[in-house]
Order: sequence, then structure tokens, then C-alpha cells
Amino acid sequence: MSILAVTSGKGGVGKTFLSANLAAALALRGERVLVLDADLGLANLDVVLNLHPKITLHDVFTGKASLDDAILPAPGGFSVLLAGSGLVEYSRLTPQVREQLVDIIARVRPRFDRILLDTGAGISDVVLHAISLADDVLVIATPEPTSMTDAYATIKVLAMQHGRRAIRLVVNQVSAAGEGRTIRNQLQLVVDRFVAPQLEAGSEPLQLTLLGEIPSDASVREAVQKRALLIQTLPGTPAARAVLGIAEKLSAG
Amino acid sequence: MPTPPDATPEAHAALSLRGALQLLQQSGHTLPERRGSTDVAWLQAVIDGLCELSSRDPLTGLANRRQFELTLASEIDRVARAGEPALVLMIDIDHFKRVNDAHGHQAGDIVLKAVAQALAECIRPMDTVARFGGEEFAMILPNCAPSFGQAVAERIRTHVGAANIEVAFGQDVSVTVSIGGAFAPQWVRSSALLWVERADQQLYLAKSQGRNRACLEHQTVSLVSAEEKGLLFGTSQFAELL
Repeated sequence: MSILAVTSGKGGVGKTFLSANLAAALALRGERVLVLDADLGLANLDVVLNLHPKITLHDVFTGKASLDDAILPAPGGFSVLLAGSGLVEYSRLTPQVREQLVDIIARVRPRFDRILLDTGAGISDVVLHAISLADDVLVIATPEPTSMTDAYATIKVLAMQHGRRAIRLVVNQVSAAGEGRTIRNQLQLVVDRFVAPQLEAGSEPLQLTLLGEIPSDASVREAVQKRALLIQTLPGTPAARAVLGIAEKLSAG
Repeated sequence: MPTPPDATPEAHAALSLRGALQLLQQSGHTLPERRGSTDVAWLQAVIDGLCELSSRDPLTGLANRRQFELTLASEIDRVARAGEPALVLMIDIDHFKRVNDAHGHQAGDIVLKAVAQALAECIRPMDTVARFGGEEFAMILPNCAPSFGQAVAERIRTHVGAANIEVAFGQDVSVTVSIGGAFAPQWVRSSALLWVERADQQLYLAKSQGRNRACLEHQTVSLVSAEEKGLLFGTSQFAELL
């Protein structure tokens, strides 16, 4: 059982797209997967999956519904726990919300093989808290300079303030094969030069692992517009195959 | 020119202003002379006076908690957009209860006023100092560079500690303060509540470390410098040397 936080720094780089499709790809491999909307009301997981939940995490937090009622089956053969728009007020990380989130995760943990935490954009306290609950972090970026800068800033904060040493990277919307590798190497270079010297002496080195690159592919937009999972509706496309490849690598550990 | 419906003499005269005027008078607020029952400028002055009254702490004259929260909310928006550093300090008088116990509540009030005065002397025009509640004060310092944070807090701590406060004729006391501070996270989404909570945690630390000290949260290093960007995008002139 492991918890993977999916985060990005900048928004709009395909974080929720990846969370949903990765969950479906892992489910295809036989894993029991739960995607938890850890953006607490600001994520669009329900939009991506075309779900109209009546019961959300908000109801669990307020005691109106049980956790079992809030865990919903998603089209891709996995489960989701959605925050719901009523939870926007929780985008402030009060100690209660902090504890509730920890409690919810402890309760769902035994029932799944893997939990994906779809975090919000940015490096807010809520995002950092959600990431701190995860065993692994996956940072998704695109070759856009702003996305790369934000991904770098996220990696830096995770390493310096949260002691993360192993960070996984997915580069989305690459225009040529190998671009993901180049970006990973570039990020690692800057990390080694600027972040590593500031880390505690003798601690493990900060290592970025490329989990995969997803080619820029018109099919992604098509699936999103249809509000369908890419790996279900257009499974043969390059982007879908890339997501399946990432799932395979994750499963392998 | 048609008169707006709400400015008719009848509507205006129907307003019950007695309570409002009593409050303003009691607080020593002066109003301009009223020119007839439909004097909009005068009415505006009444409203302004009430706004002023509801944003101040009656004892110390500092901004009250409501005003502080308003300012904090707008400041956090500014920080998130502009990325300018901003510092929040939570300031608590050490062993305030002892002052009350030894010299009475009136002396306590005198101390609160004196500390408020000392705090007000420490700030720049753009800063906000507020009475947060009880013997706790709060400050918002926009555009305060992280490297100056500790020095600013220390200056405030020393200034308050140096004040001789006459609580009764010929009877001077002095008090110390503990200070906790946190910078708003630049460029990222956060909330005013969390910001204050982080400063409060530092205040707790200052108290538990023996009081009369200032503790500031270790500044988050989320900023990406020009050098880092240069290397990231391969535009650095030093790139090939590394």
C-alpha cells in the first residue's frame, strides 16, 4: 500500500488529467486505487470524470455522511473521494482539517493498494500538508518555462522544508521524444547546483526520477472535452500509451 | 434634475441617528455642522465616524481585530500577486496578569495603553499595528525584507521593554513582550488565518523559550533566483563552467 501525491506547482499542466488516467491505468493492472481530491474543493476531478457527486468529503467532515457513502466508483474502475464545492472553505488548512485529512487517509488506507492525492496548484500550506501525508511525490510539469520554474520551486521546497529526497517527475505535452529526459536532466542540474549545497550535510542526495513523458497529443483535448478517460476512449493514442507506461513503471516500484 | 428616492427629506428624516450620534459624541468625534435635514455630506461624516469607531480599539486607539483582519486579507492578496515580502508579528505582554494582580486593573489598562503607544512609535506609515485581544497585539509590515525581520522584531521588543510606565503616582513599572513572526508565503495561495497561525506558533515558541524574545519562522525559500532560472533554461553565462 502506498500513497502518491500528484502535484505541479503551476496549475493547468495536466495534474488532474494524469491523476485520473493513471488511476485507471493502475486499476487495469489489477490495483485497488483511490483518488483523493486533496485540493479540497478546488480540484476538477469531478469535472474530468463527469461525476455529479451527491455525497462528498465535506459531508464526512461535518458528520452528515459516512466515509463509505462518500467513496464513489469512477468510470475507470477505481474509486474517488471528492471534496465537493462545499469544501472551498477548507482551502484554509485549520488544525481540524489537518487532523480530519489524516484521519480519513488512515481509514481508507487498508482498503486500497494505492492512493493518489490530487493536490491543488501552487505550494500552499494545504498542498504541502497533503504531500507530507504521502509516501511518494510525483511532480508534473510541461516544457513551458513557467511550469518548469514552478516545478523547480516545488522540488526545492519539498527538499529543503520537508526533507524529500526522492521526487518523481512526469513531463507532459512534450513535442519530441526525449524532451522529458532533457528537462529532467536540466532540473537535476539546477538542483545539484543550488539546492543540494543547502541540504543538511551527510543527508541523502536529492534525486529526480523521470517516470515518463507524455507527448503533446490532440487526443487528450478530445477526451477532456468528452469528459472521458483518455485510456478508455482512445487507448491506442501516443498519450494514452505513455500513461500506461507510467503506470507500469509505478507498479514495478 | 430628479432627486434620488433615498435622498428625499422624508427618507432622511426617518433615519434614526440618536444612537450613532451618542456613540460619536462619547468617543470625542466631532462632526461638521449639519446644514438642514438633507445634508448628505454631514450624513457621510456620521457614517465615516462610525466606520472609524468600529475599526479602533477603544482603550488603546489602535486598529482593532476587525480592522486587522481586513488589512491582513488585502495584504495576503497583494503578496500572492506581487510577490513582495510581508511580515506579521504577534506580540504578547509577558506576565501581564502579574501587573493586574499587583497594581489593579486600572494599572493594567495603563500598561496596555503604554505598550500600544510604544508599538505605534516603532512602525512606518504603511504598517498596521492592532490590539488583537487581551494583552496581545499584532502587526502587519508590508514590503519587509526577510533579512530585516529579526532586526525589526528585536527593535520592537527592546523599545517596549525600555518604556517606564507610571501606573500610579510615583510608581513606575516596565514590561517585556514576547514576539512571534511569520512571513506570508510569496507567490502562493495561502490564507490570512494560516498566516496568523504560523506567527502564533512562533509566539508560543518565544514564550516557551523563556519570554522577552522574538522568534521568527524560518523563511521559506520558494523563490527562484535569476541565477537558478538562468541555469534552468541554459541561458546562464556560467552554465558551461559547471
